[in-house]
Amino acid sequence: MPPIPTESAAARIQPNATPPELIRNFCIIAHIDHGKSTLADRMLQLTGVVQARDMRAQYLDRMDIERERGITIKSQAVRMPWAVTGEDGVETPHALHMIDTPGHVDFTYEVSRSLAACEGAVLLVDAAQGIEAQTLANLYLAMENELEIIPVLNKIDLPAAQPEKYAEELAHLVGGDPADVLKVSGKTGEGVEALLDKIVATVPAPTGDADAAARAMIFDSVYDTYRGVVTYVRVVDGNLNPRERIAMMSTRATHELLEIGVHSPEANPTKGLGVGEVGYLITGVKDVRQSKVGDTVTSAAKPATEALGGYSDPKPMVFSGLYPIDGSDYPALRDALDKLKLNDAALNYEPETSVALGFGFRVGFLGLLHLEIVRERLEREFNLDLISTAPNVVYDVTMEDGEEVKVTNPSEFPTGKISEVREPVVRATILTPSEFVGTVMGLCTDRRGQMQGMDYLSEDRVELRWTLPLAEIVFDFFDQLKSRTRGYASLDYEPSGDQAANLVKVDILLQGDQVDAFSAIVHRDKAYDYGVLMTAKLKEIIPRQQFEVPVQAAIGARVIARETVRAMRKDVLAKCYGGDISRKRKLLEKQKEGKKRMKNIGSVEVPKDAFIAALSSDPSSGKDKDKKK
Amino acid sequence: MPDDGALPRWVGTARSGADDDGGRGGDSGRRFGVYVHVPFCSVRCGYCDFNTYTAAELGGGASQVAYASTALREVELATKTLADVGLPERAVSTVFFGGGTPTMLPAGDLVRILDGVRDAWGLEPGAEVTTEANPDSVTPSSLEELAAAGFTRVSFGMQSAVPHVLATLERTHDPARIPDVVRWARDAGLRVSLDLIYGTPGETLGDWRESLEAAVATGVDHVSAYALVVEAGTKMAAQVRRGELTLPDEDDQAAKYELADELLTAAGLSWYEVSNWARTADDACRHNLAYWRGHDWWGIGPGAHSYVAAEAGRATGDEGAGRAGVRWWNVKHPRRYAAALEAGGSPGAGRELLTADEAYLERVMLGVRLADGLDLDVLRPAGRRAVAGLVARGLLDGAAALGAGGVAPRAVLTLRGRLLADAVVRELTA
Repeated sequence: MPPIPTESAAARIQPNATPPELIRNFCIIAHIDHGKSTLADRMLQLTGVVQARDMRAQYLDRMDIERERGITIKSQAVRMPWAVTGEDGVETPHALHMIDTPGHVDFTYEVSRSLAACEGAVLLVDAAQGIEAQTLANLYLAMENELEIIPVLNKIDLPAAQPEKYAEELAHLVGGDPADVLKVSGKTGEGVEALLDKIVATVPAPTGDADAAARAMIFDSVYDTYRGVVTYVRVVDGNLNPRERIAMMSTRATHELLEIGVHSPEANPTKGLGVGEVGYLITGVKDVRQSKVGDTVTSAAKPATEALGGYSDPKPMVFSGLYPIDGSDYPALRDALDKLKLNDAALNYEPETSVALGFGFRVGFLGLLHLEIVRERLEREFNLDLISTAPNVVYDVTMEDGEEVKVTNPSEFPTGKISEVREPVVRATILTPSEFVGTVMGLCTDRRGQMQGMDYLSEDRVELRWTLPLAEIVFDFFDQLKSRTRGYASLDYEPSGDQAANLVKVDILLQGDQVDAFSAIVHRDKAYDYGVLMTAKLKEIIPRQQFEVPVQAAIGARVIARETVRAMRKDVLAKCYGGDISRKRKLLEKQKEGKKRMKNIGSVEVPKDAFIAALSSDPSSGKDKDKKK
Repeated sequence: MPDDGALPRWVGTARSGADDDGGRGGDSGRRFGVYVHVPFCSVRCGYCDFNTYTAAELGGGASQVAYASTALREVELATKTLADVGLPERAVSTVFFGGGTPTMLPAGDLVRILDGVRDAWGLEPGAEVTTEANPDSVTPSSLEELAAAGFTRVSFGMQSAVPHVLATLERTHDPARIPDVVRWARDAGLRVSLDLIYGTPGETLGDWRESLEAAVATGVDHVSAYALVVEAGTKMAAQVRRGELTLPDEDDQAAKYELADELLTAAGLSWYEVSNWARTADDACRHNLAYWRGHDWWGIGPGAHSYVAAEAGRATGDEGAGRAGVRWWNVKHPRRYAAALEAGGSPGAGRELLTADEAYLERVMLGVRLADGLDLDVLRPAGRRAVAGLVARGLLDGAAALGAGGVAPRAVLTLRGRLLADAVVRELTA
């Protein structure tokens, strides 16, 4: 029997008319590069929803950035038919909903909502590399959500694959027999049919009350230029029908339901969505903030009384100043951020001015990857050249007089008497080959971490659990981790409250004038190192002026490090005869042009490039590059 | 650049003969100078980026032998080109033979070229005729021959008195010869200048003092001192890149400039341009002053530049409107240069028509480098506003800026200002 249901069989699994017991909702948990999108491609082909001639690699990844980097930023949901033949020889069609989740630490909340829309998860691991920290974190998340886990090793066609070794590791993690770990190749398609069969066999069917008031959970919300906001939902109870008014339970806002349907994988309008089904809604709203991930959709006419659990507003964890390199691009940057915001509920920003960098925005991000993605989209899709300040976290400062200040920009750190500063901490999971355990523990200790636990996943791989200040991770932690473990360690973290810490603001002064872009909040024990590092770097970068320029690092009024840019003594070309005149004039014209790109900090002239160089040669900026892989 | 090298019609507007201004932008009295480039050297020095060739590089000495005839063809072309746009014929007030090493040519060849210039335009009474010379390519008799033919001045490339510095520069002459060649030249009735270079890799402040003292000891009346600039593409640039030579920093160069000014001033020479010192006003190089004051000149030879100013406000027409002058330059290679002239065309390779803004920048840039300074009236309002700050920071002389001593207020660099002259120009023209 063919696994693609026949026409008559397919009639039993029409949207809004499929019995929940024929539905299977699952997601794929995998590390970047472990082949999730390629496996999804094979599934699309095998289930016949994408014809071979229409196939392209990473079919479901829509944004260029996603396809190029091989990561999924936004989730996707695809309905696929799949028939299995029972022992009695009867073919039963099923509707599979594959929810392709975002795969990164910054988007843990989105991941948790995607998982909440499923009953099962395919744990996909590269048979040549084994599980990574981020996959492990998502696996734990899936287990907490009581999802049925199907462990799968991918890329078994690779010469370096060690399926036996990693099967044991997976079995150890999820419990079970190594022999039960499926082995597939997304590239060749080997084992994928068996995987689909196993999904039908082991993932529980959704349950819900078809007669209750409609309740559907939003697990993603995407802005589309032509259609407005497309909202992805999983129906829990009741059903949603076209042309009815729906209500968002968090805001009580109601919208006309313009279109409802499933993706298969192209949008396919339906007569509604019933219990257990996964599909999309279009209401004509233009901003994803009106259709928030985690919210519950109900019927406006017959609303449910209780929202589904788990809703929370996205909370920016990391802030950075974004400035156009060409100041005249400021309005373009504002417009671009406004556009990105339509599709990114977690993005928030406020105008900010910097003496060193001019007009820009202080932008809040979910994490470093989110920052990097936003920055890259701004540069690529909107053609902007940007400079970003070193990312920082949010500090809660309590003054001695009881006043509380939330600091998202180091230069706003209060100057009066401070009684306490609290900083966010994260629970970090680090997987490393056992030979590097000592190194990694040294790094974590250096970064003010506290060890919470340690487990051997297998003989030579260790899982370390630490709490660390987020600010330390945001600095060059990931770089350091990678370089000290020859690239083998992987990291995942999730917010875990805050803690009081002995933090101070270090200012950088040029001839007594503060350079706001370089102020940093650091632990008192690290203040001196930061001061020495930054003053030395600026000394190299700032051109000599006609006068001596002190470069200082200070905590309040106390100078902790100082360098001096000596006065320029010579700025004249020795020769200027007949043939030199044009050349020298052109040189002067060029120098004068260059002066326009100078910023004045007090009376010190600094090429804007120098600030950019100082910010981009910052040790914390390299990690973004590494994370791309 | 047109094939025949024709000048824009607008440079040819009639000029009055009065000589009351002497500066660019005035209506009249621009002097006319001739520069003759001699593109030959016996060896190419490692730091040199001038347009010069050794016999080996030219693949035989043929073009060197024919050079005087070729140069004379350009003199002929020049007379015609200037006359074609209606420029009144002016006697030449200065002639300068530079290189390369002009004295690589037999004295007779230099004399032939000078005679050709004299035949073409005539020389003003008391005209200055200079040649550069390598100390090891002159003899008492060659210098006498030049003096007899009308040369009035010789500038020797001494560069340094210290053997290891000369070796780094790849100069082949024997420093002990300098006092002799200076004496021979003076005996022949020539004014003498010595060129010095400071800031050669490996040169100490003591080495530089030794060179300055040696130059002063010859009793010359004119010294030019240049900071070594390592130009891209030279052998020395490659040596620096490979780490074989280390360049001195700007502080070292500044200290050496200050030492030069101190020792030369003590010897009775005073600065008249940032890199030039002379005993009296008459000892200054009038040909170079003509460049700095915006007079007209024709450069003969491969790679030579020429310049003709337009009468203020007279430049009109499609490309002439608002133009302040035209500067052009010849093809660089001697063979291409000779071929162009033999074919009856112009050896010109390109030209620029200066806008008023460009001419203004040049005038400030060149004028401010002179000890006479720049008349503040020349400056645009923004430039005039910058003067007070420059005086306050010790870069311009306060008394000169106020017009002390009955002279019009002028921008005159202080010693510190001379070392930061480019910064001063940028501020004055901001």
